[in-house]
Amino acid sequence: MGNASKTVKKSSVMDFTTKWGTLLTIAVMVIVFSITMPTFMTAANMVTIIRAVCIVTVIATGMTISLTVNGLDLSVGSTATFANTVCMTFFVWYSFGDNVGSSLLAILMTIIICTVIAGINALLIVKLRIPDMLATLSTMFMFEGVAMTYAGGGAINENMMRPDGSTAEGQVPDFFREIGKEPWIIIVMLVLVLLVFLFLTYTKHGRYMYAVGGNPEAARLSGINVQKYRALAYLMSTVLASIGGMLIGARVGNAQINSGTPYLMGSVAAAHIGMSVAGVGKPNALGTLAGAILIGVLENGLIMASVPYYAVNIFKGAVLAIALALNYARKK
Amino acid sequence: MKAANAKLSMRDISIEFPGVKALSNVDFDLESGQIRALIGANGAGKSTLMKVLSGVNSHYSGKIFIDGEECEIRSPKAAKNLGIEIVYQEVDVALVPYLTVGENIMLNTLANKMEKKQTVNWNYIRKTAKEALARLEMDIDIRKTVSELSLAEKQMVLIARAVVEECKFLILDEPTAPLSNTETENFFKIVRNLAQTENVGIVFISHRLAELFEICEHITIMKDGMVVKDMPITKELTIKQIVEYMLGRKFDENYPKQTVEIGDVLLDVNGLTERDNKVKNIDLNVRKGEIVALAGLVGAGKTELCKTLFGAYRSCSGDVTLNGKKITPKNPTQAVSRGLALVPEERRKEGVLVTDPLYANITISSLNKFLSKIRFVSKSRQREAARTKINELGIKTPSENQAVALLSGGNQQKVVVGKWLVSDSEIYIFDEPTKGVDVGAKRDIFQLIEGLAAKGKGVIYASCEFSEILAIADRVYVMFDGEIVKEMNVKDTNEKELLYYSTGGR
Repeated sequence: MGNASKTVKKSSVMDFTTKWGTLLTIAVMVIVFSITMPTFMTAANMVTIIRAVCIVTVIATGMTISLTVNGLDLSVGSTATFANTVCMTFFVWYSFGDNVGSSLLAILMTIIICTVIAGINALLIVKLRIPDMLATLSTMFMFEGVAMTYAGGGAINENMMRPDGSTAEGQVPDFFREIGKEPWIIIVMLVLVLLVFLFLTYTKHGRYMYAVGGNPEAARLSGINVQKYRALAYLMSTVLASIGGMLIGARVGNAQINSGTPYLMGSVAAAHIGMSVAGVGKPNALGTLAGAILIGVLENGLIMASVPYYAVNIFKGAVLAIALALNYARKK
Repeated sequence: MKAANAKLSMRDISIEFPGVKALSNVDFDLESGQIRALIGANGAGKSTLMKVLSGVNSHYSGKIFIDGEECEIRSPKAAKNLGIEIVYQEVDVALVPYLTVGENIMLNTLANKMEKKQTVNWNYIRKTAKEALARLEMDIDIRKTVSELSLAEKQMVLIARAVVEECKFLILDEPTAPLSNTETENFFKIVRNLAQTENVGIVFISHRLAELFEICEHITIMKDGMVVKDMPITKELTIKQIVEYMLGRKFDENYPKQTVEIGDVLLDVNGLTERDNKVKNIDLNVRKGEIVALAGLVGAGKTELCKTLFGAYRSCSGDVTLNGKKITPKNPTQAVSRGLALVPEERRKEGVLVTDPLYANITISSLNKFLSKIRFVSKSRQREAARTKINELGIKTPSENQAVALLSGGNQQKVVVGKWLVSDSEIYIFDEPTKGVDVGAKRDIFQLIEGLAAKGKGVIYASCEFSEILAIADRVYVMFDGEIVKEMNVKDTNEKELLYYSTGGR
């Protein structure tokens, strides 16, 4: 008898930690950091944390969509680099930044050009039936290379020297740089997270994606066009990654080589941590935001606590392992 | 919500698969509100017939009428449009585990009846799903995710889905096989409710003959792809009579069984129970030189017992003794090192490395015997051993380098058997070794098994082909529902008796 009640209690404790573990970890970290470091719990620092996670969150929400169809888009980092580069060349090389209208056109064209990546991903995965991870691994290399080749092997800056010896005359428009600063970058991020959340939860397309990811055979027999929704998921993932890439450009005002690459692993981590948030047990946009914030708080706190930057990844990796353990232990 | 009366008739249905005529000129009828049992031995054609009705087997010939009007059922969608739904035994095939009960019930509606609507109305989904469950008097929280449900509850979700679709005819393919007694009783209540208040016509496939008397009004018995009997279920009808009708083909020839002297007890199993109760309280023993059969229909727990003995499934109580020594294996590695060998049922999936050459397959379980002085595996000695086995077993292959995938089913099976012959085990467990094997290879495999017995090994032979058991085994344990229900000497029994006990007769 006693034994039985003990196991019930034990399982409910386990349940609670797996459900709320991510949010709990954030809370505990915030408390610990604010007690040990008075400068941590200031409005300015909070904004710093949120701002720091904006770009990774946007890219991670795209990753989340690819996860809903039980895929994994490894090409998001390269897509971001590509979008960053293309958009910057529009401004700097071709002077699209001279007025607001043509600037917006540049942004739109960047997104459209990036959807070509989605097309290739979809072709490899849906038509040629290469497993998701391997297909996007190949496109990851491809687009990293394409972006670098297009940029001529270097960074894109205002007033840069063109290969023909002339100086690029275009400027990055001010409003674009403004988007890279708070509050706009935070607003853009929150709007995108909300849109993806609404899409996945309240539209039939979102629900079909979950069905496809959960059991493709059941989805097919119910009359859902499985291949169409897998392709659509990669398309959306790419669009979000390219917006993330342009936010990088807005933030720093240039396009460095492989600027998007570091965001890949961060977004994989955020999206996977996000699955366990609130016990949802499946990829979801709000969870992904929480996952990104968790990583952001951890990074910020550790750096403030003067942990050397080269040691931060040790903690990041450990937290990711714990979050994933919580999620997968539950499934068993 | 009572559906209108409808009458379904299938006339002159035939279907062929490469090399087999699976159905020949079958007639089948079903009316609204009726619960009809469809039974037959394994391979009699029940599932094939129901797959025709549900649109999965689309290349049938013959005619299907609903209310006298002819209709074509060439796809699952066509079947659904006519109001025909099927609940397969493998319920997980049709469910999305991480979505809620409500959404799973409404999955087809969500997929097909949204038309131009883009957003999901969650209130409507929840309300309709809840109503469907309430109508069937099922008690499941619609907010739970399906992965949290028991098997019985998953079935209910699928039945509720059918009800939401306003189905007129529902096929239940062995729904009670995985259910406990209380779950079955509850399930029957729901099925009766479905027939009486919702006016749904139900086809009920089951191997448990006793329960048919409780739930069905009519019975259709199939054998060898034909309907042999179609009658109402009356009080006078007995399980014995039904079994008479079901009896299938005999093993083609009288196989001359070799007599082997049977020695002392080699393997002794006591109260073995699998952790998830897939098999319960198994007591059995095997003597030296003896071939012991496990008889039972598909789903009786034979494969599960073989795997539990072999440590591939974990046991939670009971023990296995070999030569007086306790060896209860915790995993297959232990089982092999302690002298057990398993020839699994799913040959291609579990028995061979299909893309590897024959010699690699045949030596894989005993690589220790082929090590050179510096502990490298010697390919030439592997090849040599493989050549010997090819001759011994009569494997038809151009050379020992042939990839196993290119061999016929029977020859693949010989490779699996050969692998264990090389490793020198004490107890050989065969799980459906003749499945998908032609008659000639069957003979070879039988001789092989007898050869093992003659060498003083113990053999466990699990099969649902009773005529084969009678031909080769010395003793037989009949399994039903994960338990051994009867032990008999083969020479004192017959096919009828085996089928009787396998279908739950007592």
